[in-house]
This record gives sequence, structure tokens and C-alpha cells, in this order.
Amino acid sequence: MEQDLFSRGPSPAVRLTFFTLLSLLLLVSDVHYNYLKVLRLGIASAIYPLQRIAMAPVEFLDEAGDYVRNQSGLVMENEALKRQNLEDHAMLLRYEALEQENMHLRRLFDARMRIDTPSIMAEILSDERDPFSRKVIVNKGLQAHVAEGAAVIDDRGVIGQVLAVHPFSAEVSLITDKDHPTPVEVLRNGLRAVVFGFGSSDLLDLRYMSTNADIFPGDILVTSGLDGTFPKGLPVATVVKVDRNPAYAFSRIFCKPAAGVNQFLQVLILSSKEKN
Amino acid sequence: MEFGPKQEILLPVKPGFIALSLFSGFLLNLLPLEGFMRWIYPDFVAMILLYWCIHQPSRIGIGASWVFGILMDVADGTLFGEHALAYSLMAYIALNLRRRVSMLNIDYQFTHVILIILIMQAVIVLTGFLARGIFAGWAYFLGSLTAGILWPMLTYLLKLPQRPKADPDRI
Repeated sequence: MEQDLFSRGPSPAVRLTFFTLLSLLLLVSDVHYNYLKVLRLGIASAIYPLQRIAMAPVEFLDEAGDYVRNQSGLVMENEALKRQNLEDHAMLLRYEALEQENMHLRRLFDARMRIDTPSIMAEILSDERDPFSRKVIVNKGLQAHVAEGAAVIDDRGVIGQVLAVHPFSAEVSLITDKDHPTPVEVLRNGLRAVVFGFGSSDLLDLRYMSTNADIFPGDILVTSGLDGTFPKGLPVATVVKVDRNPAYAFSRIFCKPAAGVNQFLQVLILSSKEKN
Repeated sequence: MEFGPKQEILLPVKPGFIALSLFSGFLLNLLPLEGFMRWIYPDFVAMILLYWCIHQPSRIGIGASWVFGILMDVADGTLFGEHALAYSLMAYIALNLRRRVSMLNIDYQFTHVILIILIMQAVIVLTGFLARGIFAGWAYFLGSLTAGILWPMLTYLLKLPQRPKADPDRI
């Protein structure tokens, strides 16, 4: 207790005032200006090794689980995989044929061909513990030339968009993040709309559609490509519920994301925006 | 039941141990979590800061808490200052209440801990709401209950290196 009798430095109240003002200053400048980006970048790259260390026990458990899996399990898995491989192969052949046909038709219609955008394979490091938003951290950053705003997809559809790029990692804001807009069109009839994330649940909200709009449960929504971020035609979501209440100007439409927004580990970052 | 804590004579704390404990707390906060665990997982950095603010106020106070707040802001992707503001306020409350808390038996301490961490979380939720207009949801506050439940264990662990070795001259 000697520090109370012979106190050094300013009193706790003075310190609290100082640090509160400093925090508020940082808060306001973080909301309104971009000055603090460099600072965040620096601290984030310092924390990165720690994030890897924190990931280690999870990875270790995964690997240990694989190791103890017994022989018969492996044999069964092998058989299942072989069967799956055959089925996939057949599907792939059909897909190739379809793509050939598709290209031919496009040439016939003199349509602009969609070039496959180069993409970067990345792995999700962690879910952010921020209770306010749906964000994940992936293990590719500036060193892999990830660009801010790049689209992030998995094998089933759109996951989200790169929000901030750090030297060795990047923050990805998911399409289920609160009010995250994704421009889409209905695959069946080309109706254009925008879906928004709810934030709290794994559903999406299709807003500003009139009560008599031609949209029904089961309709598939794909990216419309109008924002210049997402290439045209990536699956985004399926309509699950349409609530047409004539008391309101718009109907409430709920959609389920096509991508495993919370289940995947490997994702693709489309490295460059497609320019017309 | 006795109301005061057992008066123990403890060895001085090594500064290295304080740093190590805070570092481990930070690692624990970085663990990737899913689903329900996300909500009940306590903020270990806040708990360990709180412990040292109560027991070693000359070493860990408002300044150190603020610095760890900034680190957590980057790790959690929140705005700069959200955790920093909450942690420094928590440290201030802890510094003011520390005599009262340390005189309480360990069975009663946790009520104060839950309350202090609740206030800390309320600051985070409030700044998040004001600055970004998003409410975190009530389940976010469950973490303070877990913190209270884990408090006796944390106290035991952090006191461990301070306990004197058994004296060979005594029976």
C-alpha cells in the first residue's frame, strides 16, 4: 500500500480522464477518418503469429483425430471416395460438354465472354469475436496481392467481400453481416434486386420488392455483376419465404445463402475486379 | 463461516509472471470459437487485468489496461478505443474497490467481479451502438457470468507462484 502514502504520478481519476479522452479521440477518428489504418496494420501483423499459435491446438486436434481413425474406417472412406470420384467424374464430363455448348452459343450470339478471373486460395484463420458483425480472418494478405473489396467465394457460392488487408491476413465481411448489400438477380426471370444480411441469423433479406413481384420460394438468386465487384452469375442464395402483406409497400423476403457461410474453411478470393 | 479472507503471507510477485499471465490471457482470447461457446466464453484479458488491478495496483493500472484494450481492438476488429475505453474504466473501478474486494472471502469476491465485468461489457456494447449503430444482443453479457464462475480458479492459479515454499525448519 506504500504507493497510496507516497503516491507517484497523477491520481487514478486524472489517469482515467486522460485515457477516456484518448479512447474517444481514437474512436471518433477511426469512424470518420482513415489515419489509423497504418497503426492497425502494424499491430495486426504483430498479432498474426499469436493468432497462428491460438489456431495450433485446433489444428492439432484435427490431425490427431485423423491419425487415430482406424484401418476399417479408412477402407470404408476410400471406397466411398472412389465411388464419389466416379460420380464426380461423370458429372465433370457433362459439365465440360455443357461448357463447350455454352461457349458455342455465346459465340453465336456474339456475347461478351466471361473471362475466368484469377483467384487466390485462402484459409479461414478465425471468426472475429466481435459480437456486432460477421467477419472472418483469412491467411492471405498483401503478400498474396489480395485487394480491398475483392469478392470471396467458396465452391457453392458467394461468401463475402474483403474489408481490410493486412500484411499476412485479410478481414472478410460476410454477406450475412448486418446490412451488407449484394446486388443479385433472380435466375428464373432476371429480376434485379439487392439482398442484405441480417447480422444476427444466417439468413438474408431481399428488400424493396413490391408485394406483386414475380418471386417465389425456391427461386435462385445469382450475382448480377452490376457492382463491378462480383462477377456475374455466382449463386448467392435461395428464396425460402415470401411474406406478402398488402399493408406494407414491400414484401418481406427471406433467403438462405448458397455458400456454407459458416461451415467452410477454404475459400477463393477473386484477385482482380473485372473491368469492361 | 469466516468472512475475512485467509490472511496469507505471500512472496512478492515477479513482473515477468504478470506479463506471462497477460500474454496467456491474450492467447486464450484469440482462440477461434464457434456457436454457443462464442457467447459464454469469458474475456480472459479483462479478468487477468482485473486480478492484477486488485492485487498489484502499482504495476497494473489504467494505462496497462488501456494498452491491452487497444490490442484487443485490433484482434477483434472493433473500432480503436472500444475495448480500450472499457478496460480503462474497469481498471479505475477496480482500483477504487480493490480494498473492499480483497477483504472479501473468495466466495463473495465473484459477485463484485461479475458486476465490474458487466459494466465493462456495457461500455463496449454502448460505444459499439453509438459509433456503429449495431446492438450486440443480450447473450453477449453471458461472458461476465462465466468470468465470475472461473474467478476462484483464476485467483488460485495466479497466486500459485507467490506461495512460499514449505519451510524445512518447521513441522
